[in-house]
Amino acid sequence: MYTKIKLILISLLSVILISSASFARDLVITFDDMNPGPKAAFENAIAKFQKENPDINVIANNGDREEHKAAIRNFLIADAPDVTSWYPGNRMRPFVKAGLFEDVSDVWDENNFHEDLAAIKPTMTIGGRQWGVPYSYYQWGVYYRKDIFDKLGLFEPNTWVQFKYICETLKKNGIAPITIGTRYLWTAAGVFDYINLRTNGYKVHNDLTAGKIKYTDPRIRKTFEYWAELVNAGYFIENHASMAWQDAVVPFANGEAAMYVMGNFSVDAYKNAGLTYDQIDFFKFPEITKDMPRAEEAPADAFFIPTNAKNKRDAKKWLAFVARPDVQSEWNKTIGQLPINSKAKVADDKFITEGFETLNTAVGLAQFYDRDAIPEMAAAGMEGFQEFMMKPDRLDKILKRLDKIQSKVYK
Amino acid sequence: MGGVTPTHLKLSLIDWLLYLQQIALFDQKKRIYSENKLVFAPWYFLLPAIAFFLVYVIIPIFQSVWISFYEWDGLGEAQWVGLANYIELFDDEYFYTSLKNNCIWLILYLFAVPIGLFIALFLNQIVFGIRFYKSLFFFPFVISQVVVGLIFAWFYNPNFGLLAYIFLSLGLEPIAILSDEELVTYGIIFAGLWPQIAYCMILYLTGLSNVSKDLMEAARLDGAKGLKMLWYVVLPQLRPATFISVVVTVIGALRSFDMVAIMTEGGPYGSSNVLAYYMYETALSEYGFRLGYGSAIATVLFFIMLIYISYFLWRLYKNEREV
Repeated sequence: MYTKIKLILISLLSVILISSASFARDLVITFDDMNPGPKAAFENAIAKFQKENPDINVIANNGDREEHKAAIRNFLIADAPDVTSWYPGNRMRPFVKAGLFEDVSDVWDENNFHEDLAAIKPTMTIGGRQWGVPYSYYQWGVYYRKDIFDKLGLFEPNTWVQFKYICETLKKNGIAPITIGTRYLWTAAGVFDYINLRTNGYKVHNDLTAGKIKYTDPRIRKTFEYWAELVNAGYFIENHASMAWQDAVVPFANGEAAMYVMGNFSVDAYKNAGLTYDQIDFFKFPEITKDMPRAEEAPADAFFIPTNAKNKRDAKKWLAFVARPDVQSEWNKTIGQLPINSKAKVADDKFITEGFETLNTAVGLAQFYDRDAIPEMAAAGMEGFQEFMMKPDRLDKILKRLDKIQSKVYK
Repeated sequence: MGGVTPTHLKLSLIDWLLYLQQIALFDQKKRIYSENKLVFAPWYFLLPAIAFFLVYVIIPIFQSVWISFYEWDGLGEAQWVGLANYIELFDDEYFYTSLKNNCIWLILYLFAVPIGLFIALFLNQIVFGIRFYKSLFFFPFVISQVVVGLIFAWFYNPNFGLLAYIFLSLGLEPIAILSDEELVTYGIIFAGLWPQIAYCMILYLTGLSNVSKDLMEAARLDGAKGLKMLWYVVLPQLRPATFISVVVTVIGALRSFDMVAIMTEGGPYGSSNVLAYYMYETALSEYGFRLGYGSAIATVLFFIMLIYISYFLWRLYKNEREV
């Protein structure tokens, strides 16, 4: 018995020794999505990369998203992987500023990414340099119950008036027009972003999140007035502050609510809640200010190289790999999102093709409030949005408070 | 960060070591040592505890106060801002909301003490199966605070919670307690009281088992009964239990972090925040990159606790002197 164990141990040891001799270079990649789709896509990509680069020993760590957010500050300093997933825009800014992310502009230069990944280039850029490579993005918009719309003779709205008419009709028929779960705040930011983009356009929205426009600015106040029209009329589902976004899918699935302002990742949740593709559909958030060029919300996910990484050469190989058209096509087909590389193929799915059309015809892409605004502002702003949705008459107080915070946290 | 360690602490430790070394070098070291054995011996045993207490409690307190004078995102260079964080703090609505909630916590949480006493008195009798009932009452203290928070969050849920069903069966519209800015803090405190009452109860139960039978008998002969008996004979003997219950409850109320984190994350829009959670939110959470500001909140909370605890320690000291 003992000799057997010894034998196994010795052979194991020799395997480790031999393999570490032939795979001299370890590449540690940290990823942050354990959901079945993204996990599979990540693992498939790793397998493909490993096959193409037998001389690199890839060590993949996949963890929970919230834990990843909490841990990244520590591991970037203390025990950095060679590659880590993270988000562009202002979510990467603190790390870029602190010199914890590697400048990867050379990867962009060598692989013609400036053209192929042009859609997301602005949000990957700080100070004229690129700091990471995106692998996926997705559209936001209004998901709705097509069967309910058909029954009540409603059509996809193009204008604010039509949208409000739909809400009113739904409400009269005892259906909550818009479902939302604001317990974790960020969903309210999605609604704010859209109403602001449609009221004031891309530039004003960008200036607001960049801290150049005050929240008490009449233009921003106008946004809240439009939003108040929905709130005061009771078009949002009741008790939204007690629900997470997943909880808010339940009334949508059982027909108590008919519309949901959400990102495309939610389609999976609708399907899991028992809805079929015939029952659900998508429309772009309707126009508010006439002829305002249409901008969209399209958060991207990306890979970054920490400055403290040990194997930067192979890390750059991985970045070049994940942005390749074939890799992005495959990856995004698995997770039901859109590839960023303009040469990649889009999956044959009605939400994906519609999302692709939506984003490609937009004049600008916002990343989402909590990525466009700096973290301290985002936290306070989203709390303000939730408060506004529950106590719309406090608007003045909320806006003044946001101004105060804005003046403190933007330097 | 290296400069934050208070140097006088370091120095005194080194001085002390030098002093020990001198003793060791001294010719008559053996005699001195054997003569002072009783003086040295306790320190050997205390040393590990003192060292860890210094490293993990005392020094971080000074560091935290020190950081509160900086603007720091935890990544880049810290920037000295003097008292700016404190000035901002006293102009911050969220801070006052948290402070107010902390006060509500302090007052209402103390109800755990009399209720715990009442239940302990009730359970302090010999009937069949009393151990079973005691363990039932003690149960909420055994389960983790996180679980208590989760259970109560479900209980309060306006869509599927038990409370909603009770309201509906009475023909009332369910109230979303945890998303109502007025009710939310009370809702969380109520959940927090559940295990805290159990804790106070167990403290009183042990106290009651030590109540002197002779005194009770003597009082009874003198005609004392009911409330009078409780107030003049039993309660004075329970003084240590009362003291510990109050201290534990006050500290529990001040650091009420876990329940808030689990049940509401400070929401809706910050209205159920308490100082401990607000500190976490600004310094360490997903959007928290303001370590200086968070440390300022921590410092304020620390001083509030310090005042309370020193008051109680002083009371204890005075009481003991009187006895």
